[in-house]
Amino acid sequence: MPNSLHDFFQQLGPMYPEFLVIAVALIALVADLVVPRGQKHLLGWLGLIGLAAAAALTLSLAADHAGNTQTAFFNGTFLFDPFSVFFKMVFYLSCSLGILLSMKYLSVEDIHRGEYYSLMLFATSGMMLMASAGDLITLYLGLELMALSIYILAGFMRGDGRSNEAGIKYLLLGAFSSGIMLYGMSLLYGLSGTTNLNGIMTFLQSADLTNPVIFLAMVMLIVSFGFKVAAVPFHMWVPDVYEGAPTSVTAFMSAGPKVAGFAVLLRVFVHALAPLQGHVSAILAVIAVLTMAVGNIMAISQTNIKRMLAYSSIAHAGYALVGLAAATANKAMMVDGSASVMLYVLIYTVMNMGAFGVVIMLRKSGSRGEEIADFAGLGKTNKAAAFLMLIFMFSLTGIPPLAGFMGKFYIFKSAVQAGMIWLAILGVLFSAISAYFYLRVIMVMWMYDPKQEFSLLRSPALALALAIAVTAVIVIGVAPSSVLEIARASVLGLM
Amino acid sequence: MIPLSWYVILSALLFTIGVVGVLTRRNVFIILMSIELMLNAANINMIAFSHYLQNLTGQIFVVFVITVAAAEAAVALALIILLVRNRGVVYVDEFNILKG
Repeated sequence: MPNSLHDFFQQLGPMYPEFLVIAVALIALVADLVVPRGQKHLLGWLGLIGLAAAAALTLSLAADHAGNTQTAFFNGTFLFDPFSVFFKMVFYLSCSLGILLSMKYLSVEDIHRGEYYSLMLFATSGMMLMASAGDLITLYLGLELMALSIYILAGFMRGDGRSNEAGIKYLLLGAFSSGIMLYGMSLLYGLSGTTNLNGIMTFLQSADLTNPVIFLAMVMLIVSFGFKVAAVPFHMWVPDVYEGAPTSVTAFMSAGPKVAGFAVLLRVFVHALAPLQGHVSAILAVIAVLTMAVGNIMAISQTNIKRMLAYSSIAHAGYALVGLAAATANKAMMVDGSASVMLYVLIYTVMNMGAFGVVIMLRKSGSRGEEIADFAGLGKTNKAAAFLMLIFMFSLTGIPPLAGFMGKFYIFKSAVQAGMIWLAILGVLFSAISAYFYLRVIMVMWMYDPKQEFSLLRSPALALALAIAVTAVIVIGVAPSSVLEIARASVLGLM
Repeated sequence: MIPLSWYVILSALLFTIGVVGVLTRRNVFIILMSIELMLNAANINMIAFSHYLQNLTGQIFVVFVITVAAAEAAVALALIILLVRNRGVVYVDEFNILKG
């Protein structure tokens, strides 16, 4: 217990990055009142500076805590361990890319308002809390902070019926899944008498695991997190919400919340519910197969690129779930399996946000540029943009030496090591199907004649975001082992 | 003294009514109310467990859940007002510009 103000501030130390992000969000909210219309991108740069400072702070805290065995703070409700540091870095990256992609796009859509950046930062702080949650209460609050901000962002084009519809659909299904999650949590609390994740694990180690209520709670948690990461059969909202939301928001929410969902899945199912491993793994394997199948097959028939990328993001959640099923298969696989999932979500973040960045470039007044047919002839007139799209599409397909290949390689490798060879084979088959719709975009860009003059959206911020994404895709693809080592070291802290 | 099982049965009933309501009703306000029923079912569970376990964590959790539910309702109503303004619809089968 803190017995002086000094001790209290000492205890707050590990939470400073969260405080910083929230403080910057609040400052942006107030500064919005004095920043004139047309200058709102300044708030975006403010947010970027805040995120960079938070990243530096997180790293310096991590260096201070290296070798320190105490990772739990505030009675175990908040954890500061290498695992959370890894995920926080991914969140800073996805939020920074999201802000960079947004600036010019928001002006074109005429929705350049200051709250946008505050909401993105609030969502990011919610994700950070989720990654650091050591207690069901913190987990729930982080999740809702993230989700509520993103509901508003999805409906951010106030005058546009499609955006409103995306927002309300996301909200209804998100709130429904939170209700299921809360009921599962209440059952877990009733069984174990604690909401602390470590306490729940200790309880399960000595509990009678044939108790059906434990299973009910476990299934409810799987269902609700399945909603968050868009796993089949809880994916119905994804295509509609991704299509209706502003493209920059779609880019952000296809990465950040999904990564946060996987952080929580790893924390809860690999760590807290570890005694239930075999059962969790069997359920996750089935969900993974369904998710890969529906995502890849439905993507084939899409004509709208945002819907296609929505189904593709469902399929990618399926690949990551393969890694999660491997991680929960047995104790020996926990480190390798979890590390492969962490590497995969990082790679997915950069390549998917990069692909959305190119989609944003096609947005100009008068045309949405959201149909795959709108890409016709891009390769003949704008070689640079088309080449970027080519790299992201190859990476999403999983063609070596790009990052997407490496991510899938480690995922399927850990599935094979866990003795789930059938799962790895199915995964490879489904990614072969995915080549059809990713490569079709490339074919449309180079084989068809341009139907229109392209006047691409250009801005330094957008170029910076695409440069970061494409560099990361190539560098991680060529040298994945260093990132994988960091991920492995981070998981060891989780055990 | 009322046995714990009564509370658990009550909350299970409320939760089921909530889930069925979300899945079958078409009016967006009724869906929101059904979601509230689900949240409150979990709240009843938590308070009952908290009392019988003589452990305060459950009650703290409930305070947070009520706060979040209020915030969620605020966002939901704002979005519904926009939909009514732009399109004049409150039935979810009419939310059909985007086909999922």
